[in-house]
Amino acid sequence: MSNTRHDVHEPLVRIAKRGEMAAWKMWIIRIAAIFLALLTGAVIILLLGHNPVAVYIDMVTGSLATKTSRVASMKIFIPLLGAAIAIAPAFRMRFWNIGAEGQILAGAIAATYFALFQYRNLARPVLLIVMFLAAAVAGGVWALIPAAFKARFDTNETLFTLMLNYVAVGIVKYLRMGPWRSPTSAGFPKIDMFDQSARLPLLFGVNIGWVLVLVLAVLMYVYIRYTKQGYELTVVGESVNTAKYAGMSVGRIIVRTAFLSGAIAGIVGFLIVSGSAYTLSDTTSGGYGFTAITVAWLAKLNPIVMIIITAFLAILTKGANTIQTNFKIPASASSVLIGLILFFMLGCEFFINFRLIFRKGKKHEVARL
Amino acid sequence: MNILNFFIASVLSACPLLFGTLGETLTERSGNLNLGVEGMMFMGGIAGLAGSYYYETLSENPVVWVSVVIAIVCSFLCAAFGALIYSVLTITFRANQNVTGLALTIFGTGFGNFFGELLSNSAGGYAAVGNATKVAFNAPISATLASSSVVGKLLFSYNFLVYIALALALFLTYFINHTRTGLNLWAVGERHAAADAAGINVTRYKYLATCIGGGITGLGGMYIVMNSASGVGGVWVHNCISGYGWLSVALVIFAMWHPSRAIFASFVFGALSVARFYFPVSFLPDAIYEVVPYIATIVVLISVSMRSRRRLQPPASLGLAYFREER
Repeated sequence: MSNTRHDVHEPLVRIAKRGEMAAWKMWIIRIAAIFLALLTGAVIILLLGHNPVAVYIDMVTGSLATKTSRVASMKIFIPLLGAAIAIAPAFRMRFWNIGAEGQILAGAIAATYFALFQYRNLARPVLLIVMFLAAAVAGGVWALIPAAFKARFDTNETLFTLMLNYVAVGIVKYLRMGPWRSPTSAGFPKIDMFDQSARLPLLFGVNIGWVLVLVLAVLMYVYIRYTKQGYELTVVGESVNTAKYAGMSVGRIIVRTAFLSGAIAGIVGFLIVSGSAYTLSDTTSGGYGFTAITVAWLAKLNPIVMIIITAFLAILTKGANTIQTNFKIPASASSVLIGLILFFMLGCEFFINFRLIFRKGKKHEVARL
Repeated sequence: MNILNFFIASVLSACPLLFGTLGETLTERSGNLNLGVEGMMFMGGIAGLAGSYYYETLSENPVVWVSVVIAIVCSFLCAAFGALIYSVLTITFRANQNVTGLALTIFGTGFGNFFGELLSNSAGGYAAVGNATKVAFNAPISATLASSSVVGKLLFSYNFLVYIALALALFLTYFINHTRTGLNLWAVGERHAAADAAGINVTRYKYLATCIGGGITGLGGMYIVMNSASGVGGVWVHNCISGYGWLSVALVIFAMWHPSRAIFASFVFGALSVARFYFPVSFLPDAIYEVVPYIATIVVLISVSMRSRRRLQPPASLGLAYFREER
């Protein structure tokens, strides 16, 4: 046998899985990603002929400087955080519930029924509690339907929940134009405004929904981290087979978690109709169900982190309305910015989970027998 | 005559869905579930309009067919760019496909509305393509044949994009089922690792299928913007795509990932969406009528998951990322 030498071809970059990274390093990478996204946004603003720094500052002052603007920002913050919390357990279970919009509407419809037709029969606290519960059940049932099919037939829940969004919108339209149409509304058919007793009380100028969603965030954190059910849904998310092997009833866990997810979304619907809109319309869910998915994902499904991310996105969304007035930049800029931030955040996870190994300068020479 | 008009209206409203479905079918055949179709349609829609509009305002004697070609090319490229972002994130950076697709939808929707409004503002509130271009996008392919007889009307009263969409559907059917590249693509979608072992460049196939597929969905967006059947046409309307992209995602399932079935599937949905104008059912309120396509999708979803015929299943690796190192 002779010793021949071969050049081993090595790619320029190899990708290897990283071990655990220190938490502070992860967050530095993520914050850097957000910064890069804002920088990209700044380039777009610059191309439009505006000063990016002035625009960004205007966004922040426009959403925080005055009491009115803070209240308006909170009105975005409450449903967005609520919806993100709703999505957390489902996504942790890898149940892609993108039907929060529909579940919000389902909850809103149920709450509206009591607000419109039962407000005379119930004392205010009772009425509000009944609306809350009805909304939770309705939202939960709206998520339960796809979950049951998922558990039984493995039906694709992404599209099922999505389609149910449109069905919910259809039902609201039907109610608005038909049975629930306000007799006093001339022209465009509308649903009546709620009676005072069906509206949420204020605390520090904002409806008490903000207390509720903050409490929910803590509860959800505890639920996912420290309860048996939270553990079960995490296992199902990681591996259905492991869950089965451990003797868990996967179907039941899926249905239960989806119901919980939908119920919280339903509560968000209640908070919107009873806390800020005071009526039901086709746009009650206002896209919160979709934006919340990004909040939940950016926060790594951690409800406490969601509070920060939601605050950030609420400022961005409210601020976008301000710059529309002040700079004539369309308010859709907020969606573009949110999209950019998401892209960068999704991309940066790669650098958290993987390591790039570059080819060494000199070629390896390997002796082969 | 009513039936005939209904048929024609169905085809016209099915066309953007067909583009969307074909593009997403191609994408999903590579194992990528791109939920960003809605966003890519927005991107394609605004880019097509902007390209055509700027050509017509900047050029001294705009030629209609050049304007049309520019619209098509711009919309394809812009939507393909959206798909490229998705590809980089999911294929190279291994991000979650569901979330990346949703991010693309959020981004694309914002992108379309943002630049749509900017375009309108820059033109003093109303940016429309020239009348000749609008006609080119909407006129029957052959007016004489269309008015000659019932059969002529049935076959020739659609704008040229309808025929392009049909040709594309037939081509993709042939491509996926009968060409080597198409079968390789199929293999990639079914089992990444096996395709890789067989020497197929999985990454390249996924990138190309996703980007070209995205571009095709963008044409659907442009169709919606340019078509005047449901509105003005050739001008930006806020939120104009309004769910067509999502419907396309659903139609891919309805069509069981087969381009030839996509023709029928999108026709059915097109018909469902215009049916209430031609066959009003007195006891069924409009709002409920509108919901029928979505309920039909749900029924199909459930029946697909309940049955297990091999040819009618989603690509086995759909939604899964491929990490060569993790085999």
